Amino acid sequence: MREYLLGNVAIAKGILEAGAGVVSGYPGTPSSEIVDYLAPLAKERGIHVEWSVNEKVAMEVAIGASWTGARAAVTMKHVGLNVAADPFMTLAYLGAGGGFVACVADDPYCHSSQNEQDSRRYAQFARVPCLDPADPQEARDMTLRAFSLSEEFGVPVMLRPTTRVSHARADVEVGPPEERRDKPGFEKDPARRVALPAHARPLHVELLDKQPGIEAALAKEAWNRAEMRGEVGVIASGISGLYAEEAIAGMEADLSLLRIGTYPLPRKIVGDFLERVDRVLVVEEMDPVVEELVEMVAKERNPDVQILGKRSGHVPAVGELDPLTVINAISEMIDLRQRAAPSLCPEALSILPSRPPALCPGCSHRAAYYAMIKAFGKEAIFPNDIGCYTMGVGMGTVDTCLCMGASITVGAGIRFGGEERPICAVLGDSTFLHAGLTGLLNAAYNGARMTVAILDNSITAMTGHQPHPGSGATAAGDPSPPLSLEEICRSLGAGFVETTDPYDLESTIATFERAKAYPGLSVVVARRPCVISAIRAGVRRPRLAVDVEKCSGCKVCVRFGCPAIEFDGKVARINALCTGCGVCAEICPAGAMEVVR
Amino acid sequence: MRTSECDVVVVGVGGQGVILISEIIGRAALKEGLSVRGVETHGMAQRGGSVINHIRVGCRYSAMISPGSADVLLAMEPAEGLRYAHYLSPEGVALVNTTPVLPITVTTGQASYPAVEEILDLLRGIASMVRAIDATGLAARAGSPQATNVVMLGGLARYLPIGGATLLEALTESVPAKFLDINRKAFELGKIEVE
Ligand code: SF4
Ligand code: SF4
Repeated sequence: MREYLLGNVAIAKGILEAGAGVVSGYPGTPSSEIVDYLAPLAKERGIHVEWSVNEKVAMEVAIGASWTGARAAVTMKHVGLNVAADPFMTLAYLGAGGGFVACVADDPYCHSSQNEQDSRRYAQFARVPCLDPADPQEARDMTLRAFSLSEEFGVPVMLRPTTRVSHARADVEVGPPEERRDKPGFEKDPARRVALPAHARPLHVELLDKQPGIEAALAKEAWNRAEMRGEVGVIASGISGLYAEEAIAGMEADLSLLRIGTYPLPRKIVGDFLERVDRVLVVEEMDPVVEELVEMVAKERNPDVQILGKRSGHVPAVGELDPLTVINAISEMIDLRQRAAPSLCPEALSILPSRPPALCPGCSHRAAYYAMIKAFGKEAIFPNDIGCYTMGVGMGTVDTCLCMGASITVGAGIRFGGEERPICAVLGDSTFLHAGLTGLLNAAYNGARMTVAILDNSITAMTGHQPHPGSGATAAGDPSPPLSLEEICRSLGAGFVETTDPYDLESTIATFERAKAYPGLSVVVARRPCVISAIRAGVRRPRLAVDVEKCSGCKVCVRFGCPAIEFDGKVARINALCTGCGVCAEICPAGAMEVVR
Repeated sequence: MRTSECDVVVVGVGGQGVILISEIIGRAALKEGLSVRGVETHGMAQRGGSVINHIRVGCRYSAMISPGSADVLLAMEPAEGLRYAHYLSPEGVALVNTTPVLPITVTTGQASYPAVEEILDLLRGIASMVRAIDATGLAARAGSPQATNVVMLGGLARYLPIGGATLLEALTESVPAKFLDINRKAFELGKIEVE
């Protein structure tokens, strides 16, 4: 069956075709749509699909399932693997039971991420095979192969799409879903499941011994293929293989091409290729993983071959590639004129206003930030975190952003480092539950004098509105036990915990002021559902309009930064984007904002 | 050698329904047995940021269109049209909705929005042809300004190697039944506007 599918949906369908019984994950762009697609199907397919609390948890849940004989998959973005690195590294030793696939989506160019780390390095580090799809079809095919490979060798397998694969669409050939495979139940086998030193040492040897077999098995796959057309060649991996194929076809150049799709690198194929060329360009995004290995293989098989790539400056070391960049890298290698890469003309550049992403009209984070600045003052330090609220960077309330949960811990460190000004760390509910709990516990335990503001919109908004334990339901739609952020914070040791509705500015400012005055660790829970999810749930609030007679043109509301408020030169105007939060009416000194009845 | 029959870059503002366009074209291409590739902006930029989707009809390679090689630039918003105009090949055609969506930098007074005519003039210097379309107005006429994206799709129809009837069929399958009439009307209005 041929369907026009998003890369991530192609992977999800591959997971169903493989008969997986358990799928877990934590949302993160560009990986989220895999679980998003599977969760609503969980009941009808009789499988378990969950949004876990974080990536480490997700991976461990999938590991338990695999050790029980079920095929299991876990999904996350590249930086999520940092969180899940602990189980991942040792799982490589202990091995999989039922097929285990970790789908880790990389984000070259940091489209929606804080860094562009290359997960192929993690696979190398852990000695875990890695499949690197070039497009949605390969993503689906590799998903199926990843499960069977995992079972053949008893190892976890990494599937590593990138943004331009996960969020690409293509006509993809898919098969029907398979019944969930039978599970024999958990078999006790301490020598393989208990990572004591005495067990780990031989398992490490075993893992290394498996490598040649894995390499040989993967070398047979069509994702590694050479086409010989002369003594000058290109070696390209993953999506870069498609760019190179297109570049060579478009240039009508007689170049040999070796495409790489699997790791450990198929060294025999690479060696055979290197023996038949005298110059080769290695094309890949992010780290020179293939390039370094090609250099090693060349030492044995053809020390005279000239190797070009990132080290020689032919291929960019950062960001993502596109067909033109590859055409130009090839042109440089074969001494052809490079094509100009058109960019925006200077006149256009000078007149175009920039359009950064912004908090939605009516987003309660904006109101919370407004109140925070009023209470804490601009001089206070605001360690921030990962979520929609990071987009408030222009409001003066985002001073740091490092990784999930780091607002509280970095904030505590800033205090202990000698900072005397008020500190208000800010993070969202999903991020707090993901990695903030331990930080708060630590801050309380070690006596950090600071405020923590949890902006609770009851959802993981940035990645597409996935539920979490505070949302009231699971991914599959089952009700979940009630959870109180306030009680959690109190029991972790916060001496002051108060809740406020950011739409009520006055009381929110007062709450922040009390929190600031508290002589220890204080927590403010600023609670108001995300506007987008509220609208989806059918909540409609009457819009506001400006009474032009009353408007003095002071621009206080304009500076507030709601995208629904415009300024027409003399007075403010509210456009059709208004969601009726009413906050601008509270800040307007002239009382000019009125509810439209 | 050409490596794709038709390369379209669809640009706009997060929330303008750019992804729907890609879905409809993909479905339609599949119906006609053409291979098709697309890639879209998800994540952070969707919150009112600038978005760009690539669609390649009759292409077996990657979904990425390089600057300087698109056949058509479909702009849901004039400033965004200009922002990505360098994706057009010298023979490329630009279809531009003339209704601005003001970015946050403009509404908060940090930047100003140029006159739409100025944007179109610069575009004329880059594209071989510019079609300015009051898509938002036409969508309102069809029954909802939300259908701006479908008006633009109607305008795009004649430049695609896909039959209009097939596109309409794919449209029917892609939008909720209760909005079907509005969307069909929007499609037709866009189509007539460009013919
Ligand atoms: S999606 Fe929700 S949380 Fe994110 S900016 Fe919009 S309203 Fe705010
Ligand atoms: S009420 Fe005011 S602040 Fe709230 S969404 Fe409407 S214009 Fe924006």
